[in-house]
Amino acid sequence: MPSPERGTPPQVADQSARTPVLSAQGLVKHYGQVVAMDGADFDLFPGEILAVIGDNGAGKSTLIKALSGAVIPDSGQIFLNGEAINFRSPLDARRYGIETVHQSLAVAPALNIVDNMFLGREIRRPGPLGSVFRMLDKKKMLADATVYMQDLKFRIQSMQQAVETLSGGQRQGVAVARAAAFARNVIILDEPTAALGVKESGMVLELIQKVRDRGLPVILISHNMPHVFEIADRIHIHRMGKRTAIVRPQAYSMSDVVAIMTGALEVNKQSN
Amino acid sequence: MTTTGPMSTASRRFISFLAAPAVSPLIALVIAVIIFATQSDRFLTGRNFSLIVQQVMVVGTLAIGQTLIILTAGIDLSNGLISALGGVVMTKLAVASGVNPVLAILIGILVCTAFGAVNGLLITRLNLPPFIVTLGTLNIAFALVRIYSTQSITGLPDVQTSLGETFLLGTTAISYGSILMFILYLITWYMLQNTAFGRHIYAVGNDPEAARLTGIPVNRVLLTVYTLAGATYGIGALMLIARTGVGDPQAGQDANLESITAVVLGGTSLFGGRGNVMGTLLGVLIVGVFRNGLQLTGVPSIYQVLITGILVILAVAIDQLSRKARA
Repeated sequence: MPSPERGTPPQVADQSARTPVLSAQGLVKHYGQVVAMDGADFDLFPGEILAVIGDNGAGKSTLIKALSGAVIPDSGQIFLNGEAINFRSPLDARRYGIETVHQSLAVAPALNIVDNMFLGREIRRPGPLGSVFRMLDKKKMLADATVYMQDLKFRIQSMQQAVETLSGGQRQGVAVARAAAFARNVIILDEPTAALGVKESGMVLELIQKVRDRGLPVILISHNMPHVFEIADRIHIHRMGKRTAIVRPQAYSMSDVVAIMTGALEVNKQSN
Repeated sequence: MTTTGPMSTASRRFISFLAAPAVSPLIALVIAVIIFATQSDRFLTGRNFSLIVQQVMVVGTLAIGQTLIILTAGIDLSNGLISALGGVVMTKLAVASGVNPVLAILIGILVCTAFGAVNGLLITRLNLPPFIVTLGTLNIAFALVRIYSTQSITGLPDVQTSLGETFLLGTTAISYGSILMFILYLITWYMLQNTAFGRHIYAVGNDPEAARLTGIPVNRVLLTVYTLAGATYGIGALMLIARTGVGDPQAGQDANLESITAVVLGGTSLFGGRGNVMGTLLGVLIVGVFRNGLQLTGVPSIYQVLITGILVILAVAIDQLSRKARA
């Protein structure tokens, strides 16, 4: 049986890249009697797509919530670029450059793409027009949003069309582009292809790879094994409240990974 | 993409055209104006239009606050009686208690604003549905009005009726209150279109959870909207006492439904997040034009009620169909 590696960075030549962008050690979270995290570790390295998988109830979503500031762990420590950090809210995590694309996408369907891109962080006109009359700088927001979309080579008829007129994949694309535009450190994608058809999924997976190629590390939460194997650089397998293994998709078959996830396949514990 | 259901692409397009901001109400208004203009030569005059605007300015002002609230997917049943309370407070303080009339006006507006804030606090802090909260404050405001004064307050100081006074534009007398109403519409339109707060109102009405996730302080937006709406009810109160020349404890009892009617006629969706305050202005004018036009053509006024009812159902139907066309 091949032994999965633990905590090894992906194939990046640069030595400085060995510091994880985002990491966690020994996270614990109890909900009454229920142990949602039981000493969970986590490492995300620069320039990688890290898939986080786990069976329902494995505590994967609690881990992700802790990393995005939505849950405050009882104990354990989170590190951003090697520095210990404590998030008190999702807005806090966002201030540290960690953007999350929720499964619900968090878009306002009747507002257009530009409005949605800048929702909650609108840009105002310079001078008194902005400070006294609170006037939005619609031109700048349109120009910036267009650049964000072009950066990801994501094509859309018009940036001024309401988000509700877009297909599911395009909406996901808008949400990803928004997160990529504002994330300085990490982008977290929660089940980005769950509601999409084959073609649209392909488009979104491509988009995620472009985000990674532009230098932003991606955490991908997904139940879809083919998608995980298609784009992940490493796979973090979560089981019973903690990381049970990290594997490379090239070295394992999908059925092996599922077996590790469900506990059917034991993994040799290795020291770091 | 295949079409789902019985709706064809052409009818979908037609419905989304009708549902576009202010298109349907504008068509309805233009048709009404053309019909009445051919039926009565007194209809299409500056004097008559000035009169129509004066007749609708109170409900028109209350409808501004109502629009903001409905855009957040809320509703306000209490606006008319909050406004009546404001009117009685302004006039009684000035006439019976000898308070400086301008100060009395400010206190009246403040009372209305505070009532709006109470609506907002109950809705955001206790998480109660706006319909129930404002049904409660409607009764509270009604009782407070009667407790404070059972009689009409007359003999108002001039400054309290100044919004009812007119100036001449050419040969047409225009009231200051009408101008104030149009200015309020312009300010609100600017706020909705050109400020972040305006975008946030739409986002909250669209999907409060999504708004929260994007970092919008949803409760603060709601509280601000209900408080601002309260302020518009205070200004509506000032217009009412100026127009009628009395502080009337019986006033405002139909204003809630009239303002909701105007908002709906104006194409703002009762589901929140879609619509525009300029549509509401058109909705207000539609009601005013029908009332006035039917009067001039000698049709019994009950037909105005009938037509309003039909238009409301049409407006809601267009909204509902366009939601289906989008889905």
